[in-house]
Amino acid sequence: METTEKTPQKTTTTTSSGGLNLKATELRLGLPGSESPERDEDGGGGVKGGAIRGFCFSSDGIDGKWNLSEMGIGKDVGLFSPPTPREREQASVIKQKKPQISSAREQVVGWPPIRSFRKNSMATTQKNDDVDASQAKSSSNCLYVKVSMDGAPFLRKVDLKNFATYKDLSSALHSMFACFTISQCGTHGVSNRDELSESKLMDLLHGSEYVLTYEDKDGDWMLVGDVPWEMFTNSCKRLRIMKSSEAIGLAPRAMEKCKSLN
Amino acid sequence: MAGAYPWLEEIRLKRMVVSDESLEIIAKSFKNFKVLVLSSCEGFTTEGLAAIAANCRNLRELDLRESEVEDLSGRWLSDFPDSYTSLESLNISCLGNEVNLLALERLVSRCPNLKTLRLNRAVPLDRLPNLLRGAPQLAELGTGAYTSEMRPDVFSNLAEAFAGCKQLKTLSGFWDALPSYLPAVYPICSQLTSLNLSYATVQSPDLIKLVSLCEKLQKLWVLDYIEDDGLEILAASCKDLRELRVFPSDPFGLEPNVALTEQGLVSVSEGCPKLQSVLYFCRQMSNAALNTIARNRPNMTRFRLCIIEPRSPDYLTLQPLDDGFGAIVEHCKDLRRLSLSGLLTDRVFEYIGTYGKKLEMLSVAFAGDSDLGLHHVLSGCDNLRKLEIRDCPFGDKALLANAAKLETMRSLWMSSCSVSFGACKVLGQKMPRLNVEVMDESGPPDSRPESSPVEKLYVYRTVAGPRLDMPGFVWTMDDDSALRIS
Repeated sequence: METTEKTPQKTTTTTSSGGLNLKATELRLGLPGSESPERDEDGGGGVKGGAIRGFCFSSDGIDGKWNLSEMGIGKDVGLFSPPTPREREQASVIKQKKPQISSAREQVVGWPPIRSFRKNSMATTQKNDDVDASQAKSSSNCLYVKVSMDGAPFLRKVDLKNFATYKDLSSALHSMFACFTISQCGTHGVSNRDELSESKLMDLLHGSEYVLTYEDKDGDWMLVGDVPWEMFTNSCKRLRIMKSSEAIGLAPRAMEKCKSLN
Repeated sequence: MAGAYPWLEEIRLKRMVVSDESLEIIAKSFKNFKVLVLSSCEGFTTEGLAAIAANCRNLRELDLRESEVEDLSGRWLSDFPDSYTSLESLNISCLGNEVNLLALERLVSRCPNLKTLRLNRAVPLDRLPNLLRGAPQLAELGTGAYTSEMRPDVFSNLAEAFAGCKQLKTLSGFWDALPSYLPAVYPICSQLTSLNLSYATVQSPDLIKLVSLCEKLQKLWVLDYIEDDGLEILAASCKDLRELRVFPSDPFGLEPNVALTEQGLVSVSEGCPKLQSVLYFCRQMSNAALNTIARNRPNMTRFRLCIIEPRSPDYLTLQPLDDGFGAIVEHCKDLRRLSLSGLLTDRVFEYIGTYGKKLEMLSVAFAGDSDLGLHHVLSGCDNLRKLEIRDCPFGDKALLANAAKLETMRSLWMSSCSVSFGACKVLGQKMPRLNVEVMDESGPPDSRPESSPVEKLYVYRTVAGPRLDMPGFVWTMDDDSALRIS
């Protein structure tokens, strides 16, 4: 039996063997209903395209209280309906939003199989929670945020209240993540630590190998250093030390800024 | 229909487009109309509802569950005349806007047989007591938003109103639930048989306090905030539990946000002897756990597991979860419905084909290695009615070899698999009693080579022939071997 590695999650990459990856460059809702509604008793509407039978993994089919199929009704009329104007609009909004780096897992369309109504319902609740949470944060004594580094096996947490400037933060992060960059040396062909020249290490730590970014309250990924420190600590939700190769989209002057921070 | 069956009393529609005109026709044509259930429907507005309210003197049930209604105004509810008193069941939980609350209160209090009332989110909590007092005979209630400024008088009013509902057995709603208001339902917890907290974003301790009082609970829908600890308490407190659904609070987050693992489900399978229906979203699973669950609960009839990350292996052994799900189908001999997830090879389908003799519905995603997987299922599951598959390497061979099987099933859905356009055509030609529908939004499938896979395939049996009302991205493969595009 072949051992299969867990496939890293890429947006909408399908795994049909040998097939066209028709969805490869799209991020869209798919056919209305392809996210399949769950059915609960009263979990209400706004189900996008609940009119189309799609993938019902987590919705009720046979075990509903009544089963139309037995009566033979409903198959011929309106089973497939074209996307409503709202659905088409939603689909294009998602298309436009695609290029951002999201802190959420890159979504495979329609997975996990959660009904849109539930998703929307939770999204509204979360927005309210975020407002409360951030208010709570600013009045407490600490401001812990997660810090991830591309390629590192685990994350760290820092208390932003421990720092007064970007430079402080930067040094602290360098110390925290130095162990990972040293092991990175190994992958760059340096055979053991003795051969590590100081200059090579400094290159890795202070060069343009990595870019420091953060996720703000709106869920956008921003370059660290643009706004005053206070404003940054108020809006930073988490930090990510990103490989420069991933930050190709950033403007050249942003890269300069990084270097000056380092 | 109006002409042919003027005495029609009940219409139940699912996933259909219903217009306001249709509702008006229903309202005006059927003098004894009693039941309208529109489940996941769309295309109508509150104007259509107004027509129903104004004209259906004998209406008993109006249930709009999960429909998408264009909510123009809450005024429609006032169109029920004052003389109308026959309402028994009302489900408006899908409506976005506030209904006329006074009209609602009056309606509720003048209908002595009202047993089911499912409100929408826009009904504020402080209006709930009045509604409850107007219908103390209520058996099923869906609250509106379950939050309000924390005021002792609002709380005690609410608690008193709940206590007055001696017949209340089913509770749902709880949007935006504020933990401090949950104790208002404590007086009736011991009589509850069904509780839907799946929109209540409250944490485990509050959930535990509530659930541990519900000794008669048969059905619980809840968010994963309940965590393993909460499920352990559930297992200890609710010995009559038959159905459990645990939904994810943060399905798209990168890391787990709650301490909910396979252990929670194992606890419930151990503690609840009547557990037969499970829907469980989690982030890790093991073959050992599935094995334990299977052996604990051979009476399981519906088992749906969604491990959030596709192709997740057994987190302890890093092996596929074939054996675990194999144990489920082997021990749960009455299993009718199964949804799979995690890392799975063709072997799990071999188990399913061998043991899943009563299986009626199977959902598969990101699983299997080859056509053999599909073949095992189609050739082995004698009672299979509905099969839905996405993102699996299943292709033409298994499908065509088992074409006859498809006529014994209600439907087959395959998306993002490896079924070629050519095979779909062959299937359509060979099987005139099947509708073989190909959905492809990137253009007509015959604009690409015959060997290229179709996006989505839907096959179902029919005595009525191909449909003529399909939108442009759906094509029927029929026996003329020419595409008919509608």
